[in-house]
Amino acid sequence: MRENRKSFFGRTILNTCLCLAFFLIVEYMIGAKILNRYYTNILNLVLIYVIAAVSLNLTCGYLGQLPLGHAGFMSIGAYTAAIITTRFSIPDLGPISGEAVLFLLATIAGGILAMVAGIVIGLPALRLKGDYLAIITLAFGEIIRVLVQNIKITGGAMGMGGIGRYTGFGWGFFWTIMVVAFTFLLVNSRHGRAIKSVREDEIAAESVGINLTYYKIVAFAGAAFFAGVSGSLFAHHICYLEPGNFGYNMSIEMLVMVVLGGLGSISGSIISATVLTIVPEVLQTFASWKMIIYSLLLVVVMIFKPSGLMGDYELSAARLVRKVFRKKEETPKLPENYTEGEETDE
Amino acid sequence: MNRKQERSPLVPVPSGFLMREEDVDKTPVLEIRHLGVDFGGLVAVEDFNMALGRTEIAGLIGPNGAGKTTVFNLLTNEIEPTRGIIMIDGYDTRGRKPHEICRMGVARTFQNIRLFRNMTVLENVKIGLHNEMKYSIGEAVLRLPRYWDNESISDMRALELLSFFNMQDMAGWKAGSLPYGAQRRLEIVRALATNPSLLLLDEPAAGMNPSETVELMNNIRRIRDEFSIAILLIEHDMNLVMGVCDGIVVLNYGKIIAKGSPEDIMSDPVVIEAYLGKADQ
Ligand SMILES: Nc1ncnc2c1ncn2[C@@H]1O[C@H](COP(=O)(O)OP(=O)(O)OP(=O)(O)O)[C@@H](O)[C@H]1O
Ligand SMILES: [Mg+2]
Repeated sequence: MRENRKSFFGRTILNTCLCLAFFLIVEYMIGAKILNRYYTNILNLVLIYVIAAVSLNLTCGYLGQLPLGHAGFMSIGAYTAAIITTRFSIPDLGPISGEAVLFLLATIAGGILAMVAGIVIGLPALRLKGDYLAIITLAFGEIIRVLVQNIKITGGAMGMGGIGRYTGFGWGFFWTIMVVAFTFLLVNSRHGRAIKSVREDEIAAESVGINLTYYKIVAFAGAAFFAGVSGSLFAHHICYLEPGNFGYNMSIEMLVMVVLGGLGSISGSIISATVLTIVPEVLQTFASWKMIIYSLLLVVVMIFKPSGLMGDYELSAARLVRKVFRKKEETPKLPENYTEGEETDE
Repeated sequence: MNRKQERSPLVPVPSGFLMREEDVDKTPVLEIRHLGVDFGGLVAVEDFNMALGRTEIAGLIGPNGAGKTTVFNLLTNEIEPTRGIIMIDGYDTRGRKPHEICRMGVARTFQNIRLFRNMTVLENVKIGLHNEMKYSIGEAVLRLPRYWDNESISDMRALELLSFFNMQDMAGWKAGSLPYGAQRRLEIVRALATNPSLLLLDEPAAGMNPSETVELMNNIRRIRDEFSIAILLIEHDMNLVMGVCDGIVVLNYGKIIAKGSPEDIMSDPVVIEAYLGKADQ
């Protein structure tokens, strides 16, 4: 009823084609120097923030908790991956570049370590009902920052240089698709429904047999994994890490992206992460006022549309196609709030 | 589903409760011994004993603040008991989490409706079917065959359960947008979806008009007959309680002051003084 196999495969093919087309066009534009280095830099940054924001939406929008330490997980992913790529190397295997394999493995390792950290700090915080997570993750983010500043392997306060510039549009796009597909497929399953039920009403959820702690950890760990991935991409994008990169402000920035885009809307997170990354890059005056504007934005949105600009609405290429080709011929029997959204790419 | 035509007579069991004769030899679906809980200095429930047969409808009544909802919260371990034993199907519930109690076969509704308001009616029921579905997170994310099989079966099951209350056409609505009576019914459907052997209803008729209440009475009997489960309900509406319950427990200040069939309770002077005498009805 919600989605059957046939329509799912149809939509998957449609979305794959769209993603492929987008990828090829952008790759061509980069190759043909239509997009210069400045623009590709911004594009990479956009993708890095999209990955972080979509993953944060899992804990924030779907699980309904308030984590304030997302930058901490990015930091773990960034340093883990950077340490691996700067110390190891893999020889090329025929057409397969050893560098690429190493970067892939390092990114996965960064994600896994971030996920482990997520489980370790999530367990005590998420077993309790209430807003303990905000406090614990806030402390966690700061602890990670101080830790990074004071241990040798991360370069201490001096920072860590010599990181290869591996993050390109290809990797950014690959991981974006991964996080979007994972989130979408997860939330539209029994596990995702369980996660959403925790947001809606914890007492009701456990009364119908939902293991609250388990699903909180699943959502939180999944989000931490992709935050770690985005951290690794970030490290290999700016090539020089210092402890100040992943401060409290960055966690808040990502929170603003999620809340603004829509709690529980993947497309919302993508759009708002894109806009909020591009605007400060392009308008330098905006950049200096960024945090003040973000805070005001957050207050305004919270007052007028607490669920974010998109709410939990999803853009769907399949729906668009259906609308264009069938027009009004079939009026939907279900009320307008019945959505079966599939992601369109950017 | 098996609809029972004739119900056997009520006979007393050692806990002082009346039980259908056909249920006496079976393990009671619920057995409570010396249950008690304190909130700080307040003794909210004290020495609560009862047993419930497998297909019995029992009522839990008492004045406001008597501790009725607290008994439900104790049964689902939402609140941990200070004293006493609760056995579901003969198994002790001590130390179990509420979601484990649900898997043991206890489902409930809430006095203040607790639906997943921003989710559709169908999704609400499917969350009730969560543990009936068997596929892992990996199978979900990769959309393997087990995902599709389980989802389509549970879609059908959810619609079947909704059709019990004639709500299948509302499947796509947001739960929060349903009219009040439908929200109460949806909560019952969601509870039934967990495949319980004991259903706890906390004031199911609250806010309903007399005709809706009559319909609810019939539905409560239908649930018992078609699902063959036991039902324990809290209710202030005496017509409903006297109309559907096989046995009644009267609670006052956390203590049981009377137990028995509706006729006994109606004529019990202690009950009349403590409860019926004070109420307007
Ligand atoms: N979690 C709690 N902590 C402290 N006191 C509580 C708690 N839950 C209930 N109480 C108290 O226990 C007593 C019984 O409450 P309960 O909700 O069980 O009453 P009730 O019989 O369901 O009443 P009503 O008919 O109004 O629903 C009340 O005095 C209430 O204030
Ligand atoms: Mg109550």
